[in-house]
Amino acid sequence: MKESGRFGEFGGAYVPQILYPVLEQLEAQFLAAQSDESFQRELAQLLTDYAGRPTPLYRCRNLCADTKTRIYLKREDLLHGGAHKTNQVLGQALLAKRVGKTRLIAETGAGQHGVATAVVGALFGFNTTIYMGAKDVARQQPNVFRMKMLGAEVISVTTGSQTLKDAINEALRDWAASYENTHYMLGTAAGPHPFPTMVREFQKVIGIEARQQILEAEGRLPDAVIACVGGGSNAIGVFTDFIKDTGVRLIGVEPEGLGRDTEEHGMTIQKGAPGVLHGAYTHLLQDRDGQVLESYSVSAGLDYPGVGPEHVHLMKTGRAQYVGATDDIALDAFKTLCRKEGIIPALESSHALAFAMQMANEDKHKEQILVVNLSGRGDKDMETVAKIFEGRAAQ
Amino acid sequence: MNNRYDEMFKRLDGEKRGAFIPFVVVGDPSLDVSLEIIETLIAAGADALELGVPFSDPVADGPVIQAATVRALENGATPSGCFDVIRKVRGAHPDIPIGILTYCNPVISTGFDAYFKHIADTGIDSVLTADMPVAEAAAYVAAARAKAVCPVFIAPPNADEATTRKIAELTDGYTYVVTRKGVTGTDDDVQTGFSTVIDDLKKAGAPRPVVGFGISKPAHVAASITAGAAGAISGSAVVKIVEANMNNKTAMKAALTAFVKEMREATKRTV
Repeated sequence: MKESGRFGEFGGAYVPQILYPVLEQLEAQFLAAQSDESFQRELAQLLTDYAGRPTPLYRCRNLCADTKTRIYLKREDLLHGGAHKTNQVLGQALLAKRVGKTRLIAETGAGQHGVATAVVGALFGFNTTIYMGAKDVARQQPNVFRMKMLGAEVISVTTGSQTLKDAINEALRDWAASYENTHYMLGTAAGPHPFPTMVREFQKVIGIEARQQILEAEGRLPDAVIACVGGGSNAIGVFTDFIKDTGVRLIGVEPEGLGRDTEEHGMTIQKGAPGVLHGAYTHLLQDRDGQVLESYSVSAGLDYPGVGPEHVHLMKTGRAQYVGATDDIALDAFKTLCRKEGIIPALESSHALAFAMQMANEDKHKEQILVVNLSGRGDKDMETVAKIFEGRAAQ
Repeated sequence: MNNRYDEMFKRLDGEKRGAFIPFVVVGDPSLDVSLEIIETLIAAGADALELGVPFSDPVADGPVIQAATVRALENGATPSGCFDVIRKVRGAHPDIPIGILTYCNPVISTGFDAYFKHIADTGIDSVLTADMPVAEAAAYVAAARAKAVCPVFIAPPNADEATTRKIAELTDGYTYVVTRKGVTGTDDDVQTGFSTVIDDLKKAGAPRPVVGFGISKPAHVAASITAGAAGAISGSAVVKIVEANMNNKTAMKAALTAFVKEMREATKRTV
């Protein structure tokens, strides 16, 4: 590798030897594309014409209107595909196309990354295979259908916990046999080098836009930038351009699930321990023997026992702060945004929103500007949310 | 460094044959039965053992070994339970080379020094960590060598010259040669064209090459030996026999014995 792929001590590329040269080649192609004007021009044009960038930075009119906090939403939910995922799949797909790959494989949990991959698969004419845990196939049927409509093959993974982590395992196994014609479109800022760096570089457009937009709107930087963290791609995307602005707090919100003192959560950064999962030295949920544990969250997109290594580094250095939001407060935030602003957020993004609302309500007289990355829209979550709210009404 | 692998290869050179090394997952289907399985393999003529320590996320394994891992974990096979089984095997068989196959997380989360001390104390000769590429392995290899444990690395078909040299430099005991792409599993036809890997390794001064992945028939063993390998490892084919005879231990042992015998027979050198 040309670069270390380390963020402090975290990161690296722990993969079977057969995949190492494949990652080396990907790194070289990525670095070449970064300094290639024609690549950057084509990507910028696709982000504008096809995906709908720049996305708006919207100042909430009603949310927390009884406080002195001004909450701004970075509207990644308005991006084509319905979430920030589209930013980076366009980048990776262009890269794969340039080096002559004909097939894409990807993992998906909630289905958002699978849909994004199927979108670019259709756009560029790739043969696309999506690995999805059997449990997720059952609970995310609308997205399974969307992927199929877009021409992708969806393979239900029945091994292990039958969720996202097993879908990644299966994609890695496929890639070990198929790398010659196949690009593995990893969906988040986790995994082996160069994925965490590559995904960050393709997602940092979120923060670059948000920083300019808040300066235009307020004439100053925000007090805090807040994003949810599962694997960590939307958070690293919105954080990166603010890292140099040391006066801006960066806050990552992990899924606290049923509570941080239960076993039902996905707080990898705060409650996990160092180890290797899916090719990176990072924090993961594991038992004393080093077996990987299952995570839990009401939000399938945050239900992952590992996390991108750069976030662990940002936590260790203190540049970013990681907190939690339970299922319950995320669901409250979901409902509140629907009712007050007419915006249906993804359950993932509702975790970030919930924490921002807490900050606003803690001291209603405190003047502060908060930027929340609204990473996706909540249409996909309708069934989950309806079941929960109907269940509560029946009690 | 003199080790049990060197002694084995010396003995086999005298017998004009290569090594047959069966692989099973420790704890599949249970710790007790797996001890009996390992004893059966040794009694049938296994020259060395390659033993999988079950890990929750075995990304280098195909469906057969994944299923064995699930069975072992579901039946409560912890690493310490597995090491107890291996300690018993070592106690009964002081000379047979024993290697284990594991993954990064259990090794790294234990800490290299503590991990390899435990490996040495258990009587294990070599460790192959399936998701540890040579580029990340400097501290890992140093810790293994400090405890006289052989680090084993896989030489894949796409290794370039520099990688092959690095593999040769960091590997002790034997070199695990993989002749095809993909994960573990059984193939109908062993892939050809691997003699270049073996030749490259020999040029680089690597420990003796042993072929694994896809070895399920005597013809695969014979082809490996003819291509210059010092032995062959068969995993999924052995695990399949365990899986197919889960409810009949007598039949399982008979089938394992027959399989080891015919595979071992195919290790004879014709030249």
